[in-house]
Amino acid sequence: MSVALQVGIIVGYLVVALAVGLLAYRVTERTAEDYYLASRSFGTVVLLFTVFATLLSAFTFFGGPDNAYSLGPEWILVMGLMDGLIFALLWYLIGYKQWLIGRRGGYVTLGELLDDRFDARGLRGLVALISLFWLFPYVMLQQVGAGGAIAGLTEGVVPFWAGATLITAFMIVYVVLAGMRGIAWTDTLQGLFMLSMVWLALGWVLTAVDGGIGTINAGIQAQAPELFALGGGAYTPQFMLTFAVSIALGVTMFPQINQRFFAADSEAVLKRTFALWPVLVVLLFVPAFLLGTWAVGLGVTADVAAGQSVLPVVLGAYTPGWFAALVVAGAIAAMMSSSDSMLLSGASYFTRDLYRPFVDEDIDERRENRLGRLGVVVFAVGALLASIWVEGGGLGAATVGSLLVQIGDLAFGGFAQLAGPVVLALYWRGTTRTGMYAGILISQSLYLAFNVLPTVDLGLLQLFATTYFGWGISLYLIALGTIGTLVASVVTDPAPGARPDVVEVSR
Amino acid sequence: MSASLRWAVTFTALLGLAIPWFLWGSAQVVWGLPIWLWWHIAWLGLAALLFHRFATQNWGLWVTGGSEAETQNGPETGTQNGSRPGRGDRR
Repeated sequence: MSVALQVGIIVGYLVVALAVGLLAYRVTERTAEDYYLASRSFGTVVLLFTVFATLLSAFTFFGGPDNAYSLGPEWILVMGLMDGLIFALLWYLIGYKQWLIGRRGGYVTLGELLDDRFDARGLRGLVALISLFWLFPYVMLQQVGAGGAIAGLTEGVVPFWAGATLITAFMIVYVVLAGMRGIAWTDTLQGLFMLSMVWLALGWVLTAVDGGIGTINAGIQAQAPELFALGGGAYTPQFMLTFAVSIALGVTMFPQINQRFFAADSEAVLKRTFALWPVLVVLLFVPAFLLGTWAVGLGVTADVAAGQSVLPVVLGAYTPGWFAALVVAGAIAAMMSSSDSMLLSGASYFTRDLYRPFVDEDIDERRENRLGRLGVVVFAVGALLASIWVEGGGLGAATVGSLLVQIGDLAFGGFAQLAGPVVLALYWRGTTRTGMYAGILISQSLYLAFNVLPTVDLGLLQLFATTYFGWGISLYLIALGTIGTLVASVVTDPAPGARPDVVEVSR
Repeated sequence: MSASLRWAVTFTALLGLAIPWFLWGSAQVVWGLPIWLWWHIAWLGLAALLFHRFATQNWGLWVTGGSEAETQNGPETGTQNGSRPGRGDRR
């Protein structure tokens, strides 16, 4: 298997993605609503796959199978509950409501909606700042993953920096040109590609192993007889539920997902998407994570703790090199489809919620259009340079690098802290501006403190631990932030310009 | 039973048993996979069917104004009040 062929497969894939993006550019209008939301025009297939592909990052191919390999296949249950059910219901409760309100009021970001509801420009800026704080390292993690995947596949012939730069350059071109429509069309391609690749990989391994699943299961019985037992080891009910609830809530507040809540074409599209969603989730996670678990029975070993991923090792052992390259292209597709959306939504939060309200209120549509695209380039290049610097081990890079990885890992929980106050803002007339500030600031600052500060032993209890009684700190703080918004709203008066009618919708 | 209560119970049950707690500790394998994994796959299939039923019968429940959106509308007859008074950002 020559490196040239492997690189050819990946570049070929990138060119196809670019071509789809360029196709979308031909129908893109020069307005912010079209650039950021494709004029709220998504049909069922595109909406389903753009949310799906955006939601699934490299984790589906690397982190998830690694967990299923080292901890056991119960991870499928965590993801099914989290993404298939909790997120689907939140999409209805938060997303459908945002869609109704957004269509009426012409909102492009959550911050704009909150600003109108509470007459609070500061709140809008705060939500944007918090979102960008969690988003930036998360974009970097994706670039580091993509660069590493290419370097790993080509055994270093294409160095990390070149791989990461290549991926970023392709993304910038189609995101700058075609905006949300380009991303959604490439997402659809990428989603279908990922889905096909995991099923093909599963089928390939099953046929390549002599005796098929019987041999694999016998291997698991011999190697780790407890692997198939539900629960045990790391899997406690508290562990599983903390992940499922906290991440599902966090996903709804990630800018690239939250912005998609606004983008459906019609109610019929939302209804069909709602019903199809759990099926799509099962179709992806079951085969992807089973491959990780099966590695145990196949006697394939990977040093997951040291950062090695099990899926490429399994594929390397049982499939030809070109197929493994295709699956790595699938993983790169997963990373790209997440990061391109993050770039666009990050840029939109910057231009719509920070630049426009605080720097230049009277910016015209032409200039805003240019600024939005410039924002994408700055965001992408900034994240790329930071990734290369951290990965290259520059001055102080190790410290900053580990901090950024930590922030990236904490991002889901960080975004989840926004969910409680936002749900109250959408559903409870009594919510006040002060209540929003209180809930958001309390939960964000405590969440950071508990995760970053060292644990302090106070005798009876520990301060700044990350779990209490087995439940993650993020769940406690989601509750605390929500209560904070409730209590502060009860004891304060609404701002004079507050408009509860903004979030009221009736048939 | 009102639609609101009926769906609240249904969704709670869907969430509560997506992980088959009653099979905790079971390692029984059926058709090559742990039995609890089959349960999960079937459960999410059931969820899709129930979500479809909800979407066709009671879509809008809890979200749009009235507390009981007991409509038997087809999928296309949603809200069409898409008037857009101005942009979201008036500042």
